[in-house]
Amino acid sequence: MAPETEVNRPELNISDDYKYGFHDPEKPVFKAEKGINHEVVEQISEIKNEPDWMRVFRHDALDVFFSKPMPNWGDVDLLNAIDFDNIYYYLKPVEEQGKTWDDVPEDIKNTFDRLGIPEAERKFLAGVSAQYDSEVVYHSLQEELVKQGVIFLSMDDGLIEYEDIVKEYWATAIPPTDNKFAALNSAVWSGGSFVYIPKGVVVDIPLQAYFRINAENMGQFERTLIIADEGCRVHYIEGCTAPTYAADSLHSAVVELFALPGSHLRYTTIQNWSKNVYNLVTKRAVAHENATVEWVDGNLGSKLTMKFPCVYLVGEKAHAEILSIAFASDGQHQDAGAKIYHVAPNTTSRITSKSISKDGGRASYRGMVKVYPGAVGSKVHVECDALLMGENSRSDTYPTMEIAEEQVQVEHEARVSKVGDEQLFYLMSRGLTEEEALVMVVNGFIEPFVKELPMEYAVEFNRLIQLEMEGSVG
Amino acid sequence: MSDNGQPLFEVQNLKVAIDGNEILRGVDLTINEGEVHAIMGRNGSGKSTMANVVMGHPAYEVLEGSVKYKGEDVLDLDTDERARLGMFLAFQYPMAIPGVTVSKFLHSALKARAEGGDVPVREFRVNLNKAMDLLGVDPSFASRYVNDGFSGGEKKRLEILQMFVLEPTLCILDETDSGLDIDALKTVAEGINALRSEQRAILLITHYQRMLNYVEPDVVHVMMDGKIVRTGGIELAEALEEKGYEWIEQELFHDTDAATAAEAAQA
Repeated sequence: MAPETEVNRPELNISDDYKYGFHDPEKPVFKAEKGINHEVVEQISEIKNEPDWMRVFRHDALDVFFSKPMPNWGDVDLLNAIDFDNIYYYLKPVEEQGKTWDDVPEDIKNTFDRLGIPEAERKFLAGVSAQYDSEVVYHSLQEELVKQGVIFLSMDDGLIEYEDIVKEYWATAIPPTDNKFAALNSAVWSGGSFVYIPKGVVVDIPLQAYFRINAENMGQFERTLIIADEGCRVHYIEGCTAPTYAADSLHSAVVELFALPGSHLRYTTIQNWSKNVYNLVTKRAVAHENATVEWVDGNLGSKLTMKFPCVYLVGEKAHAEILSIAFASDGQHQDAGAKIYHVAPNTTSRITSKSISKDGGRASYRGMVKVYPGAVGSKVHVECDALLMGENSRSDTYPTMEIAEEQVQVEHEARVSKVGDEQLFYLMSRGLTEEEALVMVVNGFIEPFVKELPMEYAVEFNRLIQLEMEGSVG
Repeated sequence: MSDNGQPLFEVQNLKVAIDGNEILRGVDLTINEGEVHAIMGRNGSGKSTMANVVMGHPAYEVLEGSVKYKGEDVLDLDTDERARLGMFLAFQYPMAIPGVTVSKFLHSALKARAEGGDVPVREFRVNLNKAMDLLGVDPSFASRYVNDGFSGGEKKRLEILQMFVLEPTLCILDETDSGLDIDALKTVAEGINALRSEQRAILLITHYQRMLNYVEPDVVHVMMDGKIVRTGGIELAEALEEKGYEWIEQELFHDTDAATAAEAAQA
């Protein structure tokens, strides 16, 4: 990175609280009864006026959800504490989606203003989707991209306007039977994005989706489908925050990516849910010949996150890159990781996982790399780095590798380190306070992640980390 | 003498232990502004302990004595406070800080000591480039991660570069010459010489006399078993180089013998 860019980053000066914990008064147009049953599913389907196959799909998925037991791995205690009867599964905040911010109700518009979305849109985004509880309340896409045939809609509008394309790909990467939470999402999904980038089109500034939970005891179940056609290039970014409530909220998304031959698709997440949110998300990509899929996944918030972005490398020379960072402080468990399946020959993958556990926080890396017979010449590189700070912090690594092909190259490195007294002494001997020294070590640790973010997000991300680090020196 | 008439740096009867073992057994040392001192001694004689204690390393326990900088006892100050007063330690084994560039590191260190915490980027860049130029360091140095994957010579050069940029008043260099080939040693020595000034004091800690051929000290001390046992001029370093540390040991032994004999005669 050019030093000019890096020293120009603004100084960080902030208060010591989760600043997104505020909420607006609830003014729903429609809010389903608490709890989950076929009636709620029927209501959602009816309100959305969607094709019958989708209605059937939802009901079938709900049966799968009911029949599947809770996972018996991961943080079982926290998982079993989820009270599915105490959650609202659908809340429609507005009658109509806004095309300009003036169309959006005052409260909601103010909220997104505070989150900096309209400003970011003006400065550096190609398109924006803003979801508030269950629905996308604002949507935009640059005229230039519309002309080139780029489609960027809420998933609901995508389904209505491009039913054939949606139907072709829908749930083919993540069927409802995949896991209990994918089944739940399939039953009650609402919002999320539908993106199609035509052949050869290069979208060089990011598309962004922002997910905001506002209501208490809310469940948010957005569904995203991105199709990158041959030779195109796109970067999709999502961010998320929620109010801090005493009661838990549930966020359970399903994201399916399809990278057709020669395309380049990057999906970046900056997850900053309040610490009462369960974040149980299924993300999977299919990469065809010569395509590249990159998951850049940052997890700062939530109570429990379980998320293992996945890539199926099904075409020769497809490439997968999964770069993740997890920050777990007191009361948080970040159970994150990556899954890569090498199905075709000469496919390559790189997993870089970094985690920071602080003051009793818990971070886990859970990884699966599988090389199928015939995937000759494949290369796998896995690197896990954990940093522990404070008492009772915990870091676990659960790497699984199943290699069924001999002519492959597999590398795995794992490191756990503590911020050393010697490192702190060195930095303090140059005049930095202990807290400044600690922040500097941590910022350095996450630099490989942050440098992959667009400038504006890098600044924001460093700011969030600094916020987490405040008061960490007793 | 500093402004208040006190020596710039004064160590009195310093006794220090680590894990219950007494390493320094009463060190006395005075350095005035503009002076260059050298402390020579074998491995394990307490030289590095001295450097680390002066800078406030948390692992050491001060049993007795004082360390004064500009007349103020600094033993109760945190390491960063000492640094901001103008004290600097060039480490024998500088730590790597992966992911943090040299430029970011130095800019932060400068800001930490600037009044109001502000150091304009442009001004900083100009100073950094000038210092790198003087030290013959490649401009790409600034964007490398601090000591991460650096060669021994590069690490030591970075320590000197930091002194140029941070402009401390008291510079303690702990075995800065160790592990350097002759070219690297010359470069580093040139850097140190360029830092000599009327206002600044420099303390070189070294095992060998080699470095002192390039940076000539005003005063040479020999440390042995946690004490300064000899103080003299450059000729002391030369004698050490020629005769080895055994020579001083023997002298000390004779001194003790003589003292015992004198005591016996008096009795």
